[in-house]
Amino acid sequence: MRFLFKTDYEDDIRLFPHSGYVVSYGSLFAVLLVAPYVLSSYLMSQLVFVCIYATVGVALLILTGFTGQASLGHAAFLAIGAYTAVYLQQFNVPFPVYFLAAGLLTGVIGALVGFPALRLQGIYLVIATISFAFIVEEILARWESVTNGNEGMRVKALSLFGTAVSRDSPAFYFLCLAVLVLTIVGTLNLLRSPTGRAFVAIRDSETAARSMGVNVALYKVKSFAISAAITGFAGVLFAHKLSFISPEMFTLQLSIEFIIVILIGGTFSLHGAVLGAIFIVMIDPFLTYLKDDMPGIIAGVAATLGAGKERAAHIQDGIAAFASLNGLKGAIYGVIIVLFVLFEPLGLYGRWLKIKLFFQLFPLYKRATFKRQKIYVKSERNR
Amino acid sequence: MSYFRAENLSLRFGGLKAVDAVSFAVEKGEILSIIGPNGAGKSSIFNLISRIYRPTSGRIFFEDQDITEEPPYDIARLGIARTFQNIELFENATVLSNLLVGRHRHSTTQLWQELLFLPSVRANEKVHRRRVEQVIEFLDLEAYRDKPISGLPYGVRKVIELARALCSEPKLILLDEPSSGLNVEETDDMSFWIRDMRRELGVTVLMVEHDMSLVNRVSDRVIALNYGRVLAMGSPAEVQQHPDVVAAYLGA
Ligand SMILES: Nc1ncnc2c1ncn2[C@@H]1O[C@H](COP(=O)(O)OP(=O)(O)OP(=O)(O)O)[C@@H](O)[C@H]1O
Ligand SMILES: [Mg+2]
Repeated sequence: MRFLFKTDYEDDIRLFPHSGYVVSYGSLFAVLLVAPYVLSSYLMSQLVFVCIYATVGVALLILTGFTGQASLGHAAFLAIGAYTAVYLQQFNVPFPVYFLAAGLLTGVIGALVGFPALRLQGIYLVIATISFAFIVEEILARWESVTNGNEGMRVKALSLFGTAVSRDSPAFYFLCLAVLVLTIVGTLNLLRSPTGRAFVAIRDSETAARSMGVNVALYKVKSFAISAAITGFAGVLFAHKLSFISPEMFTLQLSIEFIIVILIGGTFSLHGAVLGAIFIVMIDPFLTYLKDDMPGIIAGVAATLGAGKERAAHIQDGIAAFASLNGLKGAIYGVIIVLFVLFEPLGLYGRWLKIKLFFQLFPLYKRATFKRQKIYVKSERNR
Repeated sequence: MSYFRAENLSLRFGGLKAVDAVSFAVEKGEILSIIGPNGAGKSSIFNLISRIYRPTSGRIFFEDQDITEEPPYDIARLGIARTFQNIELFENATVLSNLLVGRHRHSTTQLWQELLFLPSVRANEKVHRRRVEQVIEFLDLEAYRDKPISGLPYGVRKVIELARALCSEPKLILLDEPSSGLNVEETDDMSFWIRDMRRELGVTVLMVEHDMSLVNRVSDRVIALNYGRVLAMGSPAEVQQHPDVVAAYLGA
């Protein structure tokens, strides 16, 4: 076990509380830096998507995890970022400019969505954000002069400082990684400043936040704007990675995937957003694997266990049929959401913390360590 | 002119007059208690002052400024802090972050500065943390500093709420039943803190309280309330002997 002795206010403000953090994050960073020279191009591609999804995850975490405002409309913010970038590309606007413009515009729209959302809570807010996303989807499909409607738009290759950056190159991966790291650092900075604490205060008790001088409406709008802006930035990278965008890429399903990112990762932690992104990006290759290889493997196992040839083939067909069922992905998402909400509300990161503590305290770990006390005092009267 | 003044305050919930033409004044440096049976309208007066409710009629003045129409978040900025009868803490945050929210009215940094955590933000943070540390020491909360609120016992939460209010360096503090749910020892501590608060920090105290021994120990003056109306006002002894007050408490 490690005991920390704090001797300075800096000790509470620092990003890395002790040298252990520097070592572990340092090595993680080193691994991420050599990754493009080691991993296959397919895995590199997935890693780029992890960076983009994690960036959106952090954005959603700011709004939902820290400020307590649910949103099922983040696919729309991603779309606005992506379309702004591609639209500006037509006028030969350089990357840094359209990147910033996309983030800013999405941030402004986020703030505009935040205003009507001020009066809504919980499920009503969810419905409002879904409606917003539908409206955006509809506009993208209909406003053909700008968005080219359902035909979609081709994304020109990224060019940075006069050199073309291919979407499969290590440089593009480093760009996405940099955006993710900057987003995380910015969020951590926010969390150790008055604004981040105001967000958390609003999440836990609007009444108390107000009576401590927090302008609740203003900070909710700020949270919407920041969250949307970050998602807009991610949208630009998303467009470049896909090299083609059309309205049906930004549907409710994508918003749900973002929610799953923070739900699985853990709604309170930045680590969680990254873990959740890894999960959601890797579920596709996993399902493909399930479809292609699993039936054969299981049939093989069945055969060696003494099942007849016909029976093994039967099993193989059965599993193949199951794995290629339509909507299997949606069903898996549904089951995952339910299981996490019921059994692991703090997400994968919460589970990791428990495992870590188990080894730190071994053999003194008590099963009830993480059991929450229930205290029924909170008043619902002054909501 | 008085330091704080409520004039003809009324609040109706449909047909119910929760607060009915209440007027009173608080002098600077005073400890004034409001007593009364359950449902008398005590908490409602606090909620009117902190603008959780809007008065049906009447006006509120603080330091000669009419604050009746101020938005709720500005009340804290003017220097009025409060605690809640049912404890409203930020459950999923640590004690330290709860107290730092109390510093909110003193934060001057802009969003973009915070995103970059510029030296000015860092300097501000240090000031906030020093102040918070002083309050933690004042109320003996060192042991709980880094603990999340969920999981702390009721008595400690009460003290943390008081601490959060003090972190905002208020001029006037509203305490809604500071001793409810506390045991005898904790109530003793509370009575010392309330007096020290005035002596060392120069805070004016307006307090709602059921525990008469605490009221007698700390208050300069007492207001008795029933059915939203003021029954009596004066020294603790005077008010408790007032025939209307005795009748109200006996349920006559
Ligand atoms: N939001 C509300 N809606 C309707 N009636 C309310 C509301 N808040 C308070 N009341 C009513 O107003 C009256 C005064 O309530 P208040 O909470 O001010 O009483 P109190 O003096 O603080 O009582 P206690 O000692 O129980 O805390 C009560 O009859 C209560 O039921
Ligand atoms: Mg009350």
